[in-house]
Amino acid sequence: MFAALLLWQILSMLLAQKLLLVSPIAVAVRLAELVVTAPFWNSVAFSLLRITAGFFLALVAGIVLAVIAGHVKVVEILLWPYMAAVKATPVASFIILSLIWLGSRGLSVLIAFMMVLPIVYTNILHGIRSTSPKLLEMAGLFGVSRVRRMYYIYIPHLKTYLLSACGVAIGLAWKAGIAAEVIGIPSGSIGERLYEAKIYLSSADLFAWTVAVVLLSVLFEKLFVHLIKIAYTRMEKV
Amino acid sequence: MDISVQNLSKSFGPKRVIENFSAVFREGETTCVMGPSGCGKTTLLFMLMGLIAPDMGTVEGVPERKSAVFQEDRLCESFSAVANVRLVCDKNTDEHTIREHLTAIGLGDSLFVPVSDLSGGMRRRVALVRAVLAPGETLFLDEPFKGLDDKLKGFVISYVKTRAKGKTVVLVTHDEDEARVMGGNMIRMERRITPTDS
Repeated sequence: MFAALLLWQILSMLLAQKLLLVSPIAVAVRLAELVVTAPFWNSVAFSLLRITAGFFLALVAGIVLAVIAGHVKVVEILLWPYMAAVKATPVASFIILSLIWLGSRGLSVLIAFMMVLPIVYTNILHGIRSTSPKLLEMAGLFGVSRVRRMYYIYIPHLKTYLLSACGVAIGLAWKAGIAAEVIGIPSGSIGERLYEAKIYLSSADLFAWTVAVVLLSVLFEKLFVHLIKIAYTRMEKV
Repeated sequence: MDISVQNLSKSFGPKRVIENFSAVFREGETTCVMGPSGCGKTTLLFMLMGLIAPDMGTVEGVPERKSAVFQEDRLCESFSAVANVRLVCDKNTDEHTIREHLTAIGLGDSLFVPVSDLSGGMRRRVALVRAVLAPGETLFLDEPFKGLDDKLKGFVISYVKTRAKGKTVVLVTHDEDEARVMGGNMIRMERRITPTDS
């Protein structure tokens, strides 16, 4: 990490053009200036709320759809073309279409949702499909209820699939969500700040906001994964 | 009600594992099914449990509620011994009873340890308690004492005999000593793996 920062500093000094490559020190200084201002936190709150809302909605929808598809084959078959289309469609197409349909304020919610849904759905469905048939056979023989099967067999088995899905999906939700904001320019968003950095050719602002987005994404992922692990530990202590 | 099987036959591909097998398993009694490995004991037990359909013949008298110990432990790995037993119990079985049974079989110090951390013998005992405490009056045991050392085996067999008294027990084993100590009726099966087209 330190070596990479050092290399970046040396390169920026060699180039000696702030517009092309601003130094890490200048970025740190700009970020420090930004974090003490109210507009910074307003923009963070704006984007954070919308991207996390999109993420959580997709998480719930993806799990519910995967559970249904895992038990009803026809649902899986019906959903397959939609999921395949969502996965293959360029995010820019979704962004422009969403701008036409919804306007810019709720744009990042929908884009984060669209990016996260197929990842969660595919992972959870794969997890359900790979649940131990011997355990399910045992549960069937003993007449274990559906709720208990879910709690004792499916949910513990899905832990690794859920963590894997969240690990990938959170980063993608932030990347796509911010990209949508840069295109849609909703007032008061991080995307708007990045757009302004482009307009005013301010590399320091661009890098500072990028660092902020990376930190938000990483912190959110760490926190969420930690909460999932705590929930699992508590559940398994019954 | 007795469990009765009539003219059961089962093949897997070209191999005929059971052919024209008939027997009665008396209600409330223990029946040991003996025979060498590969003679179709587990296949017979799975047909009794309704997990495999016979090619021919009938199985009658198996109640809706039943319990079993499989050759594998089939436990929920991340949960404790108590939780694994609770999984199959109904509202009439309280936590105290579960703990009492697990303690009686020598697992008193490991009640809340995830079963993935238990030894093979301990896991086997959890599977046995789960089968004994599950609601229902019919118990299917497939090599249930496998992996237990001789001293522990006697202790565990005594536990099963006491706690499953009055239930219909079908025990599959190839161990003469286990069958003798468990007592009850005896059915012997012979190795009969023959090509179906011969």
